[in-house]
Amino acid sequence: MSEYVLSVGMEVHAELRTESKMFCRCPVAFGGMPNTRVCPVCLGLPGTLPVPNRAAVQMVLRTALALNCQVPAHSVFHRKNYFYPDLPKGYQVSQYGETNPIGYYGYLEIPKLDGTTKRIKIRRVHLEEDTGKLLHLPGGGSGVDYNRAGVPLMEIVTDFPPDIEDPDEAKEYLVQLRQTLLYLGVCDGKMEEGSLRCEPNISVRLAGAETYGTKTELKNLNSFRAVQLGCMFEKKRQSELLEGGSKVVQETRGWNEQTESSFLMRVKESEQDYRYFPDPDLIPMEFTPEQIEAERAALPELPLAKSTRYQKDLGLSPYDAGVLTADRAWAEFFESAIGQGGDAKQVCNWMNGDFAKLLNEAGETALTSGEATVGKTSKVRPGHIVELTKLIEAGTISGKIAKEVFGDMFTSGSMPSELVKSKGLTQISDPAEVLAVCEEVVRENAGQAEQYRAGKEGLFGFFVGQVMKKTQGRANPALVQESLKKALETQ
Amino acid sequence: MSLTQLNATELARSLRAREVSAREVVDAFLSRIESEDAHYKSFLTVDAEGARRDADAAQALLDNGKGGPLTGVPVALKDNISTNGLRTTCASKILDTYVPPFDAHVVERLHAAGCPVLGKTNLDEFAMGASCENSAYFPSRNPWDTDLVPGGSSGGSAAAVSAELAPLSLGSDTGGSIRQPASLCGIVGFKPTYGRVSRYGLVAFGSSLDQIGPMGRNVEDTALLAEAISGHDAMDSTSLPNAAISAAEVKQGTLKGKKFALPKELFADEIDAGVRECVELAIETLTREGAQFQEVSLPSIAYGVTTYYIIAPAEASSNLARFDGIRFGPRLEGEGHIGNVAETRGKLFGPEVKLRIMVGTYALSAGYYDAYYLRAQQVRALMAAEFEQSFQEFDAVLSPTSPVVAFPIGGLVDDPMQLKLIDFCTIPANMGGFPSISLPCGLSNDLPVGMLLTGPVMGDEKLLQTAYSVERGLGRDYRRPPIL
Repeated sequence: MSEYVLSVGMEVHAELRTESKMFCRCPVAFGGMPNTRVCPVCLGLPGTLPVPNRAAVQMVLRTALALNCQVPAHSVFHRKNYFYPDLPKGYQVSQYGETNPIGYYGYLEIPKLDGTTKRIKIRRVHLEEDTGKLLHLPGGGSGVDYNRAGVPLMEIVTDFPPDIEDPDEAKEYLVQLRQTLLYLGVCDGKMEEGSLRCEPNISVRLAGAETYGTKTELKNLNSFRAVQLGCMFEKKRQSELLEGGSKVVQETRGWNEQTESSFLMRVKESEQDYRYFPDPDLIPMEFTPEQIEAERAALPELPLAKSTRYQKDLGLSPYDAGVLTADRAWAEFFESAIGQGGDAKQVCNWMNGDFAKLLNEAGETALTSGEATVGKTSKVRPGHIVELTKLIEAGTISGKIAKEVFGDMFTSGSMPSELVKSKGLTQISDPAEVLAVCEEVVRENAGQAEQYRAGKEGLFGFFVGQVMKKTQGRANPALVQESLKKALETQ
Repeated sequence: MSLTQLNATELARSLRAREVSAREVVDAFLSRIESEDAHYKSFLTVDAEGARRDADAAQALLDNGKGGPLTGVPVALKDNISTNGLRTTCASKILDTYVPPFDAHVVERLHAAGCPVLGKTNLDEFAMGASCENSAYFPSRNPWDTDLVPGGSSGGSAAAVSAELAPLSLGSDTGGSIRQPASLCGIVGFKPTYGRVSRYGLVAFGSSLDQIGPMGRNVEDTALLAEAISGHDAMDSTSLPNAAISAAEVKQGTLKGKKFALPKELFADEIDAGVRECVELAIETLTREGAQFQEVSLPSIAYGVTTYYIIAPAEASSNLARFDGIRFGPRLEGEGHIGNVAETRGKLFGPEVKLRIMVGTYALSAGYYDAYYLRAQQVRALMAAEFEQSFQEFDAVLSPTSPVVAFPIGGLVDDPMQLKLIDFCTIPANMGGFPSISLPCGLSNDLPVGMLLTGPVMGDEKLLQTAYSVERGLGRDYRRPPIL
């Protein structure tokens, strides 16, 4: 088979995390009884008018700047006209034009496996409103739920010709984009709930060919894995079609998660004419240079930049840095701990190890949230972890005891030093005291001591265990090693 | 003299003086509507119960000394203004069963001002027309001669005031739909500056042109109603910040030294000779009163109708897309979703509405957009600039309101172009968002002729003042239709 290369254009829709809808005051939420979050405006009743949600405009502006986009002085809302039952007004308020969207001509850097980064060009970041949802009624027929109608939606489209050339890049683009949106606090990124929707446009062409192949659009991809698998599947499907002398048909295909294959949804017969024109009910948005600069200055450090910094300045591994920066609140927790004098590597190990495990077990969503949920919902504060690492460092408690203390402080919120004191967990580091215990253990297990001395050295661990048992794990492990050897040899 | 003969200012005075109760006033108009509207067909829906309820609320305001300038004075509403719980049809079968669950901003304002709502008046379907003949229900009739049209599209609102079925009414004006029927029915009709009266709840036709406005028997009544309904509305993004119109100084103006521009394009051959002579005679009278007139040329006026018939239908084609039978109004069944929509829209929209949707859809199509819609917007900007230029020098631009007086019902059905040219004089004000008022200035063939005054954006108070002094300068009392 000839070599085919893949090209992927990404169209991402992100529902904005505003309190209310784009053009009315209905609340934004997921699920619930159909048509319970609607009003005359989002139902498109005759005579109603839109009033833009300023928070939504600001969120798109921030995203545009975070994605290194240009921002126009004036940005206009257009009407995209088409009939569909889930579209209350018979048009969707959206944004049209090359340099009219709130953001245009930007890029997003994605990490490559070899440690370098790749720049994915972005054509536009614009603001529009979501549609309702068609539902099949149990008794037959269809209904429309307009709860989602009018929810602010941000569309982010990559540039053409596409920079994304393999399924891993497609996935990584989405990972980075999602993290960025979470960092900015503009989207909750829940792909499974549809608040972040990704529709890749996929084509293949013979290696070296100049013109791009016919593309297919893939829908229903609700995980990173699905995006990756979908691109792989389409590459194979399209390559085989071309290899067999057939043509790729421009069509919209759906993704079947069970069979891990795509299926035909509809063929795009002709480009639909949406008859875009400026919405006369809305006045153009204006962005002053001062406003743009103020927003730019207020942008948080983005995940990839943070991760690079952690590796370079703090000596963390790419993996550790990646886990720490995947969530903004998680990274901020880490930075707060470092700021309080914690050792980067130690704090990182506790966070990505026991803390993450306990949070997940407790059903906390610290690793997927976009906000400071760690701070809000866990009793463990950065100071706890810093103190814990200091107690270990000073030899006050052993690593094993520290795990126990972590579990306690996770439940109670007490400081590790208090727990150590109240529960008497301080490490026994007095050589005489440890030696006394060791001698006692050897005495009590004279038979095993005999065998050990006869050359069965494997029994040493048994004696360590007995000492730890007697001291409830508090004996300094290094001291135990030393003292046990002494006790076994001298008796 | 019966109560219904009193104008709004007189009624308000009587109500405040407790010479009459709000309930008596409303009942007088309701009973006149019941007995007389069969001749004029100005109402589509009469809301006797609601009007009486409103009257009681108004009386409570009056009794508590909280009455305003129009408290207790009833108003009729064009049936494209949404009324909570009261059928709002736009004179279209596609909204035959539609009852809005909310009030238009102006209706809220009327309630706050204590103006009882008598009912909903007839119009050309979706305000598309200039004669009220495009109503899907019935044509309305001109009180000056019931064989003639009252004009349109706010024909029902004009006829109701003229026939003394209501002292005041609200219309909407996209290309002249308040001012032209006011002219044909011999009353005053005012289109405020775009953005001074909220459009929230007005069923949209051409959103960038539409403006709700008052109609009354004289300038003072009309100004008081403008004051009651104007003001900033957070629900309308195009609402202006300092939108409130004050009627406090409407009577303070003088004609002395007032300068009027007379665009020669609006006194040309398109204007019926009788109408032109009537307006010219009025100009002579006003000159004697100290007003100054100067002929000017505003050449872009020639493109007004053409431009209008691209922009308004383009916006309408999109605005009317929501009438698909899914969420409100009747639904007709067809093949699948698109079949349902096609059947509903195909059968329930009238021919003029469908024509304009098609024209507008075409004008917005890929490949035609630049040549039509974009070009029309450029001409529109040019037209606005020409008018703005003349406002540097003149207090107002003056012309006839309508090129013709009222014409027979059915008389122009075979000449749709002529019917569209009727908006010739009124369209520029919508293009530039200018305030514009029509007031009676005499008769031609025993039928009313209207004079149109147009002023600069936000110059509403001054324009009303000027109109008031013109009304005084013409030196005659309000002329009732002879039939009354």
